[in-house]
Amino acid sequence: MLENHAKLMRFFASSEEIVGRKKLQKIIYILKKCEVPFEERYQFHFYGPYSEELTLRIEELCNLGFINETKEEKKNYYQYRYQLTDAGNKFLEHYQVELPAMRERISKMKEKSSRFLELVSTMLYFEHLPREEVEEKVRTVKSKQNYTMDEINEAWSFIEEMRRTLH
Amino acid sequence: MAYKDEKLNEEKVFKDPVHRYVHIRDRVIWDLVGAPEFQRLRRVKQLGTSYLTFHGAEHSRFNHSLGVYEIVRRILHNFEDRPNWDSNERLLCLCAALLHDLGHGPFSHSFEKVFKLNHEDFTQEILLGDTTINTILSKVENGFPEKVADVINKTYHNKLVVSLISSQIDADRMDYLQRDAYFTGVSYGHFDMERILRVMRPMEDQVVIKESGMHAVEDYIMSRYQMYWQVYFHPVTRSAEVILSKILHRAKELHETGYEFALKPTHFLSFFTERPTLKEYLALDEAVAMYYFQIWMNEEDPILSDLCERFVNRRLFKYIEFNPNLQMNEWMELYRLFNKAGLNPDYYLVVDSSSDLPYDFYRPGEEEERLPIHLLMPNQELKELSRQSDIVESISGKKRTDHKLYFPLDRLKEMSNRSKTKKRILEILYG
Repeated sequence: MLENHAKLMRFFASSEEIVGRKKLQKIIYILKKCEVPFEERYQFHFYGPYSEELTLRIEELCNLGFINETKEEKKNYYQYRYQLTDAGNKFLEHYQVELPAMRERISKMKEKSSRFLELVSTMLYFEHLPREEVEEKVRTVKSKQNYTMDEINEAWSFIEEMRRTLH
Repeated sequence: MAYKDEKLNEEKVFKDPVHRYVHIRDRVIWDLVGAPEFQRLRRVKQLGTSYLTFHGAEHSRFNHSLGVYEIVRRILHNFEDRPNWDSNERLLCLCAALLHDLGHGPFSHSFEKVFKLNHEDFTQEILLGDTTINTILSKVENGFPEKVADVINKTYHNKLVVSLISSQIDADRMDYLQRDAYFTGVSYGHFDMERILRVMRPMEDQVVIKESGMHAVEDYIMSRYQMYWQVYFHPVTRSAEVILSKILHRAKELHETGYEFALKPTHFLSFFTERPTLKEYLALDEAVAMYYFQIWMNEEDPILSDLCERFVNRRLFKYIEFNPNLQMNEWMELYRLFNKAGLNPDYYLVVDSSSDLPYDFYRPGEEEERLPIHLLMPNQELKELSRQSDIVESISGKKRTDHKLYFPLDRLKEMSNRSKTKKRILEILYG
């Protein structure tokens, strides 16, 4: 029962707090691309890989009281904070769900901006292509963001680091 | 004349119950419709198992694909000579609209979940692989199949083109809402599409709606909301989906444990063991799947035969509302009791959640999650729809999710009335 929900709760248990829905979307996608077996399906959207399933599942977890969502009004948008609740922790005690350790990777991603994570997840989306074509794709589909070569190189190193880090 | 510019001598029209007529003048479109990979969509139902709830819902992805094409054709007709619109993209838009659902398989939602497949990947393979569709698209110009694939994959550089096929107010949704309403017979899915098409304006990277058309869009959002809860989310349809998924799981499990099927499930073998090739994938349509379900009704395995009999003869599971937080202990007790009663809980006690559905309703898309619907104000400023419309604001902020517990009540009733297990199960389920 609720195996996919439990995996997400395990993720929140390893992350203390996640700030921003966009960041949450991209972190789960990047972890998924690093062999963490999340089942949420992603499609490419205006702001990079996005999962409607993930959005819905987070909503369900909030409504069930397993995750706490705090809404803050910013200048042109709302920002959301997510944390596992005591009820969520209790549910996890009953539930055997094995995921690779990910605390360190999550912590590294949390330090990055959502703009950078959008770049990383977009590059991972096209990773089946040769490196030059991935960079070309980024310039095409993310032309407005004007990512610099330095950022793209940093993103390549970050991807390598994510895949090397086992925790 | 170049193939891409070739017109049919006489316009072809398809009678359509939703749009009255679908008009085709381009040779390329006509050839695509005739391709076997497109004709196959006749054998894949648009609404999967909904026909077991709404008996009219037997329409196919073929109908829908033609409908999306027709809507895009009408939008582009309105866009002619408008600023921001490049008429060189016309044929690309029409092809992408027509072919956007090409990779859908039989009962694709359940199949994709169980066998970990993605119909979008198969759409790409059909467009770019060794297929009749690819041969036709390649005749248009070098790199044209890749362009169509990029539009459908939402990775094409021109976001305006992408947003016609895939956005929060796109041709895909406008067709399926009206078509699904028509074929299910419900009265919710109607809105003034003509009006919406008239107030759509092309902007640099998205389609926006002239502010004066806000009320027509409100109607569209309401219809999307109503269809979500009344049709797509119908608990009986979900019961059928649950049984279908369990059939596929059981068949796969049996195959993995070396079970000898009375009829070798040839069409399913690659689904059970690995990722099917494109040829294998295309060979398994709903007619073939239903054939196996009927054959499996006579299988020796009691679970597989029972589940298939339920699906084919519409003997669905019953359900109750379920809160996994408040009822965790009940769940664990039920799991034990079902085992005791000889009902394998992995197949006969199923929690289904709203997030298991492939449909969604409008969200403003805070913080750059997903592009919202924008209104074009008289001063040329863009405003997000829910910030201007009280109606949209009131429904898009609502968080409605639910979880249901499905089980075979008929099997429980068959148990002896003296059974304590039966008594306790029914007590937990019905209080």
